[in-house]
Amino acid sequence: MLRLEKRPTPSRAWAWGTPFLAVLLTMIAGGALFAMLGKDPVAVVRTIFWDPLLGEYAFYLRGQLLVKAGPLALIAVGLALGFRAGIWNIGAEGQYIMGAIFGASVGLAVYPTESRWIFPLMILAGGFGGWLWAMIPALLKTRFNTNEILVSLMLVYVAETILSKAATGFLRNPEGAGFPGSRNFSSYPAARNPELIAGTGMHWGVVAAFIVVIAAYVLLQRHLLGFQIRLAGQAPRAARFAGVRPNRLVIFCLGASGALAGLAGLFEVTGPAGQISIDFNQGYGFTAIIVAFLGRLNPVGILLAALLMALTYVGGEMAATNLGLPSAAIRVFQGMLLFFLLAVDVLSNYRVRIAAFVKEAR
Amino acid sequence: MTQDISADVLLAIEGIGKSYPGVRANDDVTFRIGAGEVHALLGENGAGKSTLVKMIYGLVKPDEGHMSLRGAPYAPAEPRAARAAGVAMVFQHFSLFEALNVAENVALGMDDPPPMRDLEARIREVSEGYGLPLDPARLVGDLSAGERQRVEIVRCLLQDPKLLIMDEPTSVLTPQEVEILFGTLRQLAAEGTSILYISHKLEEIRALCDAATILRRGKVVGTCVPREVSARAMAEMMVGASLNAPARATGELGPVALTVERLSVASPSAFGTSLKEVSFEVRQGEVLGIGGVAGNGQDELLAALSGEARTGRDVVRVHGRGIGHLGPNERRQAGLCTAPEERLGHAAAPDMSLVENALLSGAVRKGLVRRGFIDWPGTRAFAEAVVKTFDVRTPGTGTAARALSGGNLQKFVLGREILQEPGIIVVNQPTWGVDAAAAAFIRQALLDRAAKGAAVVVISQDIDEILEIADRFAALNEGRLSAPVPVAGLTLERIGLMLGGAHGMHKADVHAAEVAHAET
Repeated sequence: MLRLEKRPTPSRAWAWGTPFLAVLLTMIAGGALFAMLGKDPVAVVRTIFWDPLLGEYAFYLRGQLLVKAGPLALIAVGLALGFRAGIWNIGAEGQYIMGAIFGASVGLAVYPTESRWIFPLMILAGGFGGWLWAMIPALLKTRFNTNEILVSLMLVYVAETILSKAATGFLRNPEGAGFPGSRNFSSYPAARNPELIAGTGMHWGVVAAFIVVIAAYVLLQRHLLGFQIRLAGQAPRAARFAGVRPNRLVIFCLGASGALAGLAGLFEVTGPAGQISIDFNQGYGFTAIIVAFLGRLNPVGILLAALLMALTYVGGEMAATNLGLPSAAIRVFQGMLLFFLLAVDVLSNYRVRIAAFVKEAR
Repeated sequence: MTQDISADVLLAIEGIGKSYPGVRANDDVTFRIGAGEVHALLGENGAGKSTLVKMIYGLVKPDEGHMSLRGAPYAPAEPRAARAAGVAMVFQHFSLFEALNVAENVALGMDDPPPMRDLEARIREVSEGYGLPLDPARLVGDLSAGERQRVEIVRCLLQDPKLLIMDEPTSVLTPQEVEILFGTLRQLAAEGTSILYISHKLEEIRALCDAATILRRGKVVGTCVPREVSARAMAEMMVGASLNAPARATGELGPVALTVERLSVASPSAFGTSLKEVSFEVRQGEVLGIGGVAGNGQDELLAALSGEARTGRDVVRVHGRGIGHLGPNERRQAGLCTAPEERLGHAAAPDMSLVENALLSGAVRKGLVRRGFIDWPGTRAFAEAVVKTFDVRTPGTGTAARALSGGNLQKFVLGREILQEPGIIVVNQPTWGVDAAAAAFIRQALLDRAAKGAAVVVISQDIDEILEIADRFAALNEGRLSAPVPVAGLTLERIGLMLGGAHGMHKADVHAAEVAHAET
């Protein structure tokens, strides 16, 4: 019989070990899933985890890793701030879309003016768009005590509706022969988010992600606000005793995660995606939730987790095209990762004892 | 031993031992309880009292040794077997359903309940027979703590026990309620029921018990006849060291430091108690003790003073300056530090290290944050100073708060506030669940702070504690505070009346109390 015994102090070794264990378990369970789909599990797992890094097309795929990891890290770090404080922004996808629409609108409004101020202005607008969208659940929560999980999640679908309106209506390319989608930013140098070093996938969004990871790390480790965020998440009553004002924390955490998601959207739409289209958003806002937990809500861990998740994206696409795996199977695979992570998390707070001698009834 | 125990032994415990991983909870414990004897089991927290009575009640199996009841071997496999053998237990924490009435609750605890009508009649008969009147039809949710305890006791008495085990029964009672309880217990003992009475309140044991067995670290370290030795001597046996009574410096009182005027706060929780026009003043160098049975507004009063609950500006004044509208950190800046009752989760964050917990309330006064950035080396130094000065037993300041024992964490929490050298310090239940040595240390630290000119407010349910350290006493009852009176010359009876009101369970008052309940 197995018995769980609460550890007096959470195990540090397991806190870092559980993500690796979760990846391993995901490979095993995912392999079983792929085998049941009639594919060679070893080949699939190798295609997902090995080929993008060291396989035949790695020179191209490696660049894709940063392209995918950048927005994931940017969004996940923002979400992690809130999650640490017990504030659950589930609607990053919506904030990401709204950031893209706000930023793109600024750029498209001044098309075809050339100025070096245009792109910075678009960045600000992108962050503002995401912040504004996150302020809706924030204010509803602080004023009326609504549930931010539901409100932020529902606002994703509102944002998606606005996005389709933008792509087919107010942001549609007037020279696009009636096809949905905005002008392509790749042909508008002042508003473009270019690849900074050819072949690496490094663009301004990735740079921003690195900066945000460092800033968030410093905030959480060294700054009073970061301490208050952690305190509020772990012991809300102690936080009030320490003088933390919960409402301010809600505003800050939702605002910061919204703004970062908005930035990610702006960088995506002006760079890798290139234009506002009905489905330019790739679900990064939702995947970032997995990334945040996989990275243990720790900024550095999130960076690593974002790279891992990017690997499953890139490798998963490879597996889908080369091995004919349904794309839903890849999403199940990513979901498994979160599932196993949460499941093995128990190890960092509990010690597993194999106990045959437990006879005592309480 | 003056008691003639060889003649008529009810329960004999021989060489009982019990180990848990890493702990020897009981080691070669031997003692006897005579028939009709009130026997005290005395010891600090963690001395092994609970494990021992759990073994007697069949909740835990001993590793070695044996017990005999009335000469026959006794080894209950489960509480049901213990009850069948005539052993009953009243737990410290009640196991009652608030939404059910008294009779239903009693029936739930019985192995073979009679029909409800018979049961109600029996409850009336037994409860009145033992001076513990209970209305079987009342909802338990409407009863006071003392009345709830009666339900538990009556539940036991209905089984006609030979041995009644009572675990810390007076911790929730007013002095008058304690007197009534003692009357009942004496009556039971006179009828031949033995009582095993667990407590660390020495004066009560001296008043009630015929014999005492003292445990320390799982072993029997002494036996005595409580009436014949002083409370101090028993405490020293319990702790294993000589205890110093807190030294009072009788200094001159300074000007008024803290003023609370007509403080009314609605409780944030549905089960809380709203404060109603609470007013008091505390002078520099003075200790004000605020007594009261739990749940009479203590938490709410502390929150209103700590700044977690805000009031009108001039309702709370520090040296004449209104601070009622300020939050906790601004109040700390003004010299008012507080320590809430609940250590884990309120005064300290369980999963955070002691260093982080030192920052929790020490940031402002110790200057641990500069331009928003935390001075971790300074915070660590502060935490280490608290650990050192207040003798907090911990592997290091990096240890999580939840890994500390209750007494050690309480020393840390109080040390954290006291080392900030506040002009005013307010503590709620400073020694709750703390062993005698740590409690003495904490009380002394509070008195020392007062001697240095601080105004000290001690909110406590422990009347002995208040009598020991307070200069003046006020009682909190259903959110109202009595006018503070000097402690010198105060009788227990007077205190009980101040605490009591609707809680006063004088037999004559029961009717009045029930009327009061009906009104509320």
